[in-house]
Amino acid sequence: MPDLVSGSSAAPARPRGADELKFRDPARARELAGAIGHMVAQIGRTPVTVMHVCGSHEQAIAKFGLRQTFPEGLDVIMGPGCPVCVTDLPEVDEAVVLAEDGVRVVTYGDMLRVPGTARSLAEVQSMGGQVDVVYSAAQAVEIARDTTAPVVFFASGFETTAVATAAILVDDPPPNFFVLSAHKYIPPVMEIVAEMPETRIEGFLAAGHAATITGWGIFERFVDRHHIPVVVAGFEPLDILAGLAQLVELIRDGRPAVVNTFPRCVTREGNRIAQQQLWRVFRTTGGNWRGIAHVPNGNLRLRDEFARFDARRQFRVDLKRLWSQAPAALTQRCICGDIMAGISSPEKCALFGKECVPDAPVGACMVSSEGTCRIWHQYGGHPKL
Amino acid sequence: MSSVIDPAAARDHSGRRDPTIVMKHGAGGRAMRRLIQETLTRGFVDVAVDGVGIADMDDGAALRVGDRWLVVTTDSHVVQPAFFPGGDIGRLAISGTVNDLAMMGATEPLGLTCALIVEEGFTFPDLERVQQSMFDACREAGTTVVTGDTKVMGRGELDGVVINTTGVAMADAIVRDNGLRVGDHIIVTGNVGDHGMALMAHRHRLHIDAELTSDVAPLNAMIRDALRARPGAVVAMKDPTRGGLSSALHEMAEKSRVGVLIREELVPVNPVVRAAAEMLGLDPMHVANEGKAVLGVRGDDATVHAVLAALRTHPQGANAAVIGECVATRPGDVVLDTGLGKRLLSEYEGELLPRIC
Repeated sequence: MPDLVSGSSAAPARPRGADELKFRDPARARELAGAIGHMVAQIGRTPVTVMHVCGSHEQAIAKFGLRQTFPEGLDVIMGPGCPVCVTDLPEVDEAVVLAEDGVRVVTYGDMLRVPGTARSLAEVQSMGGQVDVVYSAAQAVEIARDTTAPVVFFASGFETTAVATAAILVDDPPPNFFVLSAHKYIPPVMEIVAEMPETRIEGFLAAGHAATITGWGIFERFVDRHHIPVVVAGFEPLDILAGLAQLVELIRDGRPAVVNTFPRCVTREGNRIAQQQLWRVFRTTGGNWRGIAHVPNGNLRLRDEFARFDARRQFRVDLKRLWSQAPAALTQRCICGDIMAGISSPEKCALFGKECVPDAPVGACMVSSEGTCRIWHQYGGHPKL
Repeated sequence: MSSVIDPAAARDHSGRRDPTIVMKHGAGGRAMRRLIQETLTRGFVDVAVDGVGIADMDDGAALRVGDRWLVVTTDSHVVQPAFFPGGDIGRLAISGTVNDLAMMGATEPLGLTCALIVEEGFTFPDLERVQQSMFDACREAGTTVVTGDTKVMGRGELDGVVINTTGVAMADAIVRDNGLRVGDHIIVTGNVGDHGMALMAHRHRLHIDAELTSDVAPLNAMIRDALRARPGAVVAMKDPTRGGLSSALHEMAEKSRVGVLIREELVPVNPVVRAAAEMLGLDPMHVANEGKAVLGVRGDDATVHAVLAALRTHPQGANAAVIGECVATRPGDVVLDTGLGKRLLSEYEGELLPRIC
């Protein structure tokens, strides 16, 4: 391309924010990518496989085309980092049954189209069920305050979002407000994935925003137990590249440790007040993550003190009536589970981009904006050029 | 290798193809192209046309008349609301057709037809406003309406007003949308996404300090100057309307069987449009334009300079820029260099915003 373009006086002015200059600098990105390539070469075997567990990391990697700059020998795969995607079928069914029974169900927009055994909440809505989308837990409570009828907040998300749910439950919500918790807790599933024989994960890139709450110290026990390094990283392109460079360095040096490359937001202790609120309201229990496995301590459920707000304890939810209905034939060919476990990728799925598209999603990974399939589809389909 | 994504192939979960027309079939992307190819042009393509016919799915037809070309194009306009920031359905109806002719290299329209379908209850003052806009746009384009037709439909049978225009022009040489070759430079004539984002902000009542206005305008005078700047240098053209810059580039890359590499930082975007798009989770490259063109230019730096300079003498071309080039790798695909890495540029699937033009 002729250089006349950038040098031209009439070239369009593109004012950029200061943040872009700091965290989206191409020259520094090239340096970091070069360093990553150099260290992968030093490791001397391929592939070196690392996993991140966050839809926002995948969004940034895909949007900025970062995967194309990774060296051939480095596999950066997205693990179970989409809370909507790992919500198990029976959890969706609980919300579907409640809505079918005439209870008003409010939830985040991504949950609406997640397929249940027989149908999604969106389908219940189109059949006349009262299902509303909310943008925050606080908005869910506001809806309950405007009525005397019961309102069930079908709450999804990892520990970051669970804190918001906890905050409204400790703040004296009205008696007609209930929570159907599908909240998940990330640290235990990292253990599961680390132990999966098929994946061979050599390092984890941990999500910076979750660590803002939990603190990076929470990963120390994981590193001690599994001898796999963990690097906490932010979400700008340079954050991710710096995090990966640090992670590959730890792998090269055989040094399992926790390193925080997002110090402008994350501390070792995290947000103590948020943690107190989280654990005052929630306890961990074991449960299935869709497509992954049974994850001990992977689900967040309401403690006994909050039983009066717990939809599971206040409503009779009979799921049996859905069980006679087999999932659609296409759904049975969906490989979302293998994708989230890091064993497969969207381009290896026969449905991806053909039968399964955002308009007509087969699996949850194509529904949520944090799902691997949805993100890949949005940014061109396959990341390796 | 082409993209694994094929939105048009979407079936419902029992494996059926869409049984009825849905909005995406009018959205300008693959679904629409497939509808035209598989249903609307069937049969017509069997009759030989000396020139550019319907099977070519270009911006218009070019029929040989002696040693010249008669270029014909037609377009129906259904924009909602009929009056929007920066223009109205009248200005759109003239500009859309004049621009489709210009994209074929026919920059001197002989005349336009105008078929107007109006809903009972549409007010006279509004109709007069539409007429005035059509008149003004014709003057800008140096053309006029030469014949027309008027129909009225009952209340609720139509939403407001629909306008179809057909344009005819003679041209000594035509420019196709499939003329790209490896090494050609890609120019866009100004900021992308203005029209679609203005309509979106207006309809969603986005609270934006600076008003976003549509870029709707006839481009034939600007295109004429660009073609004359270096005869033969402009080898392909397309106006990036529905589907935005992305769809236009995809179509040009697929038909020309070349790869197109775009450098994101060179694509001109109004910062307000960029901010609004980010707020809505959209890419300005997916958003419609009504006063922009994508040009493929062949030649050395001086040639590209000459074409750019000609474009920039017109207000609509003030921000014209080279945004990329044609490459041998990945024929049919559009690759975006983000400055930090590279990825495929996707085409927007489904309907970003219905009734935009």
